[in-house]
Amino acid sequence: MKSDTIAAIATGMSNAGISIIRISGDEAFSVIDKIYRSKNGNKKLSEQESHTVHYGYILDDGQMVDEVLVIIMKGPNSYTKENVVEINCHGGIMVTQRVLETAVKYGARLAEPGEFTKRAFLNGRIDLSQAEAVIDVIQAKNQYALQSSLNQLKGNIQEKILEIRENILRDMAFIEAALDDPEHIDMDGFDKTLLSNVESNLEKLDKLYQSSGNGRLMKEGISTVIIGKPNAGKSSLLNGMLKEDRAIVTDIEGTTRDTLEETIVFDGILLNIMDTAGIRETKDVVEQIGVERARNQAKQADLILYVIDSSKELDENDDKVMEFIKDRKAIILRNKIDLHEIVSKEDIITAMRKYSDKELAIIDISAKLQEGMQDLEDMIKNMFYKGKISFNDEVYITNVRHKTAIKEGMDSLVQVKESIQSGMPEDFYSIDLMNAYRILGEIIGETVEEDLVNKIFSEFCMGK
Amino acid sequence: MTYEYENYDVCVVGAGHAGCEAALAAARLGLKTIMFTVSMDSIALMPCNPNIGGSSKGHLVREIDALGGEMGKNIDKTYIQSKMLNKSKGPAVYSLRAQADKQDYTFEMRKVIENTENLTVKQAEVTKILVEDGKVTGVQTFSNGIYPCHSVVLCTGVYLKARCVYGDVSNYTGPNGLSAANHLSESLKELGIELYRFKTGTPARIDKRSIDFSKMTEQFGDEEVVPFSFTNTPEDIKKEQVSCWLTYTNEETHKIIRSNLDRSPLYSGNIEGTGPRYCPSIEDKVVRFADKERHQVFIEPEGNYTNEMYIGGMSSSLPEDVQYKMYRSVPGLENAKIVRNAYAIEYDCINATQLKSSLEFKKIEGLFSGGQFNGSSGYEEAAAQGLIAGINAGLKILGRDPLILDRSQAYIGVLIDDLVTKETHEPYRMMTSRAEYRLLLRQDNADMRLTEIGHEIGLISDERYEKFLAKKQMIQDELIRVEKATVGGNAKVNAVLEENGSTPLNSGATIAELIRRPEITYEMLEEIDTKRKPLPKDVIEQVNINLKYEGYIKRQMKQVEHFKKLENKKIPENIDYNEVYSLRIEAKQKLQAIRPTSVGQASRISGVSPADISVLLVYLESR
Repeated sequence: MKSDTIAAIATGMSNAGISIIRISGDEAFSVIDKIYRSKNGNKKLSEQESHTVHYGYILDDGQMVDEVLVIIMKGPNSYTKENVVEINCHGGIMVTQRVLETAVKYGARLAEPGEFTKRAFLNGRIDLSQAEAVIDVIQAKNQYALQSSLNQLKGNIQEKILEIRENILRDMAFIEAALDDPEHIDMDGFDKTLLSNVESNLEKLDKLYQSSGNGRLMKEGISTVIIGKPNAGKSSLLNGMLKEDRAIVTDIEGTTRDTLEETIVFDGILLNIMDTAGIRETKDVVEQIGVERARNQAKQADLILYVIDSSKELDENDDKVMEFIKDRKAIILRNKIDLHEIVSKEDIITAMRKYSDKELAIIDISAKLQEGMQDLEDMIKNMFYKGKISFNDEVYITNVRHKTAIKEGMDSLVQVKESIQSGMPEDFYSIDLMNAYRILGEIIGETVEEDLVNKIFSEFCMGK
Repeated sequence: MTYEYENYDVCVVGAGHAGCEAALAAARLGLKTIMFTVSMDSIALMPCNPNIGGSSKGHLVREIDALGGEMGKNIDKTYIQSKMLNKSKGPAVYSLRAQADKQDYTFEMRKVIENTENLTVKQAEVTKILVEDGKVTGVQTFSNGIYPCHSVVLCTGVYLKARCVYGDVSNYTGPNGLSAANHLSESLKELGIELYRFKTGTPARIDKRSIDFSKMTEQFGDEEVVPFSFTNTPEDIKKEQVSCWLTYTNEETHKIIRSNLDRSPLYSGNIEGTGPRYCPSIEDKVVRFADKERHQVFIEPEGNYTNEMYIGGMSSSLPEDVQYKMYRSVPGLENAKIVRNAYAIEYDCINATQLKSSLEFKKIEGLFSGGQFNGSSGYEEAAAQGLIAGINAGLKILGRDPLILDRSQAYIGVLIDDLVTKETHEPYRMMTSRAEYRLLLRQDNADMRLTEIGHEIGLISDERYEKFLAKKQMIQDELIRVEKATVGGNAKVNAVLEENGSTPLNSGATIAELIRRPEITYEMLEEIDTKRKPLPKDVIEQVNINLKYEGYIKRQMKQVEHFKKLENKKIPENIDYNEVYSLRIEAKQKLQAIRPTSVGQASRISGVSPADISVLLVYLESR
């Protein structure tokens, strides 16, 4: 199986400053030789040392396509273990496309989605879970998530899973040995030992599983929903956080009839913010739908930003919102502090006491004047990260497949626990121990599933 | 000068437990069959332990029976004590074991063999397998007779170049002083078959009159005997049973062994063959379990017509004088008179990865093999393979697909898959731990699993099949009935529950719900389950097990589904592993040599890692 040479845009398709076109395969150097010209015109990249950077031009039939930096890496010391060329060209969809087309014109084939990583995997450069982590690297939208993905690449998750599987295997082996050789291996009292082992494994898995909640937050951002009465300033808040006029802001109540969603990043924290229709009793059918949707969004949110118009009296609509947020993670924003104060901080606290005794997070802002926005950002950072997540020494599950497997593994171990507690004979334990062992093996590629491999590669985005 | 004897469809070489099953299966499929033995007196001989069955081996025997083999019926006729082992554990590891009257066992089997249509027995040593163009054409005997045939089944047991070792002395004989088969190995080597040298051993036999049983614990058989064969009921085979006896080795025994280890051929290097780890000699046990103060010793009668007692647990290859001292250090054996010495035996066998799952040689069409020749140990393992090899030798001639049982269907499937996939470097013994799906592969449901297959092959009569279907129906009907039958939380019901240590009911419950309680069985509810009809014991057993372990059974069935996925992913016969260039070299070599038929089988080859399997999967997908 001689591999042909593939090419693709390795960076996202956007108007970024720099784009990278990657070429991999036996003919990667002969392709670049055909389309690259150095400044003085006599440098052949195929004759250069591996891992060197070269300035020059990409030419198509003598016509200059772009001014570029080219990195060459000789196999097997490259990501795919093949000869690899990376062309750094000026960003912009048009130019990037032109460079790629030129590479294809001179002998490379357009890569299929995930093909680079597939080659890296097939050539033994990375294992399955590392391959999957690559997806997360690509998709990680902020620096924390990236760091976590990199940890995974280094095999942290393998270590944890390996350790747990090792423990399970030891117990299984003991049971089996005792069944086969009852004369020499005594199982008396083993159920107690096993029970404590299973519980300790469950604990470890639970820790991993719990981290997956954070993992989701990190990968997709914290899902944040802005709610409040109509015209409390929800859209202004969103605009203020976005720092550009994206949501429709008017003085007419009920303008935002649907849900708007935006992604913002501050200090490496990704927020997916949804602006919602103002929550109030309404007869307008369209608005009703918007209100209903707002409630649903808020139910699933990780964080609720409840905007109160401090220049208007609290009413029954506020009561409803307050009841709704009583058990949820929420920040109450006393907006429009630049206007005449009717609702004070104390008023809000008093009103909330009807529903909850917990400490309230209340911030004064003026979305319009951009006042108090820093306080809001600081508070969000506090709530989600401070003291709860430390990024460098913990393993996070950022992949749904892993998360599911861990859950199933835990379920099986719980079954073992139940078997022990209900006094089943020892040979029954191994059914569920075996299940846990197999399922956890899927995470690190020690258990091979028929369609898993291809499923994973089909998940990759173009060019990686 | 050679001469041509009669033509046969199938030639079976060897008349041990594998040979008998192979020959009977082929003949019963209507094929003209001849079975060769070095001695007419050694048909179905039990040269080692005087029992059939035991942990996981009992499963094999019941499976053999469900497929239409003979071993189960034969031990039912000739047992002198029977016991269900592991009763304190789960039903998956219950194991049936019976002590046999060895002589009766061979006589009864011989009677069946000699009276089976299409089957001829011949006392002769086969010295050559005749092969033309990679296809078997016949066999040749020591006396130069040529027997042209379509299929050959090799069941040579421990007889190929057999050598018995008693400490410092040895002689080239088979077990019990029977003559070894010294020529066939050369012929096999010429055919390019790779041979291994394995060893096994047996303990001494001691004169019953010299044993003081008062120092031992008596071991009785079960009052209620479960037959091996599904064609028998407990009443059919009920008989007076004899006892076995339990005693122990002690520090003195171990001291004697340790101080004479240098004279043990295993440690002096006089034996090159590899012995089984799981049926170790007493010197092995003393060395390996050095901290154990004592080991169990079972004293088992060899039969009704002899005073010979088998000393289970103390097989040895130490010299005779050491044996005397060693045995006599055991309580009750102080004055023991040894009738036959313990010995180790070395023999030629094959690397079974040269076989397909049908037990046909990959490189020689029509050549099949089964039993200890394939590197296994034990009568039951031998019989199971012999049966499958005989069936497949027959099916091949009939132009039908081979019978291949998978790991989720039968212990037989596990046994053969292990043998042909994993290279074994010691005699392979069946064990419950080898069966991943053992909750489904119970000894009690072997008929449910395999009777249908046996019938389709043609070894189970229509009459027996009808009976089986009726049993199956009864189980199904009763399972449905108990799910619907309800009882109220009244005084009578609660009295029954409390009597059996179960919580009383507040409201109604189904009979099935009650049976699912760990402390309750189907039988206990007779009084309150008023609409119940009388059912056979084996039907009730299935109802109990199916209800009680429902959750586990379902989970195990899910595991089987997973297993089947990779099993159904077939690898094309013509695959060139050199083309799969990212496979590791070791994996490449193993795959090239063993040539698995499915990705599932490939994943079980030692030296092939999960990463290799992933690579293989991607390669197969992109082909």
